[in-house]
Amino acid sequence: MISLRQVSFSYSDTPVLHHIDLVVEKGEMVALLGPNGSGKTTVIKLLSGVLRPTAGEVHLDGSILSRLKRREVAQRVAVVPQQFSMPFAFTLREVVLLGRTPFHSLFSDGGQRDHRVVQQAIERIGIAALKERFFNELSGGERQKAILAMTLAQEPKILLLDEPTAHLDINHQVEILDLVKRLNREQGVTVIGAMHDLNMAALYFDRLLLLKEGRIFADGTPEKVLTAETIKEVFSASVQVTQHPITKSPHVIIAPGEAPPE
Amino acid sequence: MFTRLKQNHRVLVLVVLGAILLLCLLIVPAFGGEPISPLDIVKVALNKLGLTNFSLSPAWEARNHESILFQIRLPRVVAGALVGAALAAAGVLFQGLLRNPMADPYIIGTSAGAAFGATIAMMLPISIAFLSFGLVSIAAFFGALGAVLLVYNLARVGGKTPIVSMLLAGFAVSAMLTAILFFMVTLSGRPGLLQNVFSFLMGSISVSGWNQIIIVAPLIIGGIVAARFLAFRLNALSLGEEGAAYLGINVERDKLTILALGSLLTGAAVCISGLVGFVGLVVPHAVRLVLGPDHRLLLPAAALSGGAFLVIADLFARTMLYPREIPLGILTAIIGAPFFIYLLRRTRREYAF
Repeated sequence: MISLRQVSFSYSDTPVLHHIDLVVEKGEMVALLGPNGSGKTTVIKLLSGVLRPTAGEVHLDGSILSRLKRREVAQRVAVVPQQFSMPFAFTLREVVLLGRTPFHSLFSDGGQRDHRVVQQAIERIGIAALKERFFNELSGGERQKAILAMTLAQEPKILLLDEPTAHLDINHQVEILDLVKRLNREQGVTVIGAMHDLNMAALYFDRLLLLKEGRIFADGTPEKVLTAETIKEVFSASVQVTQHPITKSPHVIIAPGEAPPE
Repeated sequence: MFTRLKQNHRVLVLVVLGAILLLCLLIVPAFGGEPISPLDIVKVALNKLGLTNFSLSPAWEARNHESILFQIRLPRVVAGALVGAALAAAGVLFQGLLRNPMADPYIIGTSAGAAFGATIAMMLPISIAFLSFGLVSIAAFFGALGAVLLVYNLARVGGKTPIVSMLLAGFAVSAMLTAILFFMVTLSGRPGLLQNVFSFLMGSISVSGWNQIIIVAPLIIGGIVAARFLAFRLNALSLGEEGAAYLGINVERDKLTILALGSLLTGAAVCISGLVGFVGLVVPHAVRLVLGPDHRLLLPAAALSGGAFLVIADLFARTMLYPREIPLGILTAIIGAPFFIYLLRRTRREYAF
């Protein structure tokens, strides 16, 4: 279980989050939605512990996150960011191996178990054929899969995603989110993801959290959260919400220019 | 072109590089104004280890080879190996930390600081020695560390020290110190000062006997061993500060540790040799091109290669125009640059580093 209790956060003098209360239980799959600047990414960074709340506390399995060591947190919580750049020619396998870092120490920085876990992670993501290729020569989608395999090698209980599909083609978006969903369903990994695409979020996530100006505006199932009214309120955009023909989840339809009269 | 090594081959690579370095240490002292038979050197080495009791060639006794070898040549060669290893290891540390292919041990002010300290020492009308180091060496060592400390503090804002700020502050401090240095030299008018400053900037191995080595060797070897323990954190830092933090790295603490270690290694090298360029930039790159960027292998491999490289460069420096010595920095560039370009051309990759 991971939770924010009355968490506020400011970047120097600019307040970003105001008194957020949020509890995510083990095995949940939660999407954070909201316009740019609404605080999605900040929530992810607070949950991962790389940012500390200006006020309030983040709790991880009963401990206060900021009192844990960085590596203790990283043994339980992994983060898939939008993109990583690599200054050196690491191979895909070497990048995945970096996921073992939280389990290394000054006097033990690698062993047989690492290689087994890395191999499994690579196979689970289905990128075994690419493993000796250079990370920097992979396509955006392949890189994101490599990073997902890296976080898998971290054997996390909680997986945080920071717009993981932001710059990807739709086939890769679907593949990445399919993989994440399988991790959630099969391994019970808790997933919390900042998402840009409302429809993707509705398709893959069980619980949506709509942020507006640093506050939680709506929290619940996709049906409850994604309505024309809430979207109008939060994004100032006029949309229609229909049903996805296959999954029956809500589907947001955007019309160009001015919205047609109701 | 170069395929990556299997785990068990990595130990082999280090053993081979270690053997090459050892071979350099044994063979290179043979050359010089008074040639010594390499065979004699190997025999003496084995005899001293108590393994054998070979008899040596007549010249050994007659021409005083024992003291030439042990009092002059060997200290110089060992000093060269230490300087090369220290600079190469420091280069790996700085390139890894700054994620910048142009980074070398001198990038954030150590060189300017050392030169500044050394120049002031040269201008002082006093001559003292501490632990057998002259004032110039001592001033260079503390100049290097002082400059890094200044850069680190200038770049530090609100408990964080962003890499880019560190690079920029390093650039500014270097420019400032170098300008003041040459201003002092210009004003001073002291005969020979410019010559001395120039030789410091171009580098040369200068040790007298073993006294300085006994002090510097533990610092350098200890520094390299300590750096090897940090290798997995350098790997994680390749993902950038945020990525490394996600992997459980205490980024600010490790940045400071790596910076301190790299500066200490550089300072220790500089106080024996002045500013020898190119080794700390190119040896890490060359080794990375061949062996890959994993710091757990890269760091020790670069240190061993850097040691061997500098021993050979120094051999040319002291013998090519004998009895004149060529500044070491000239040779490291003349030998190193073509080799590096060759490696770069062979591995036609977009992200060669």
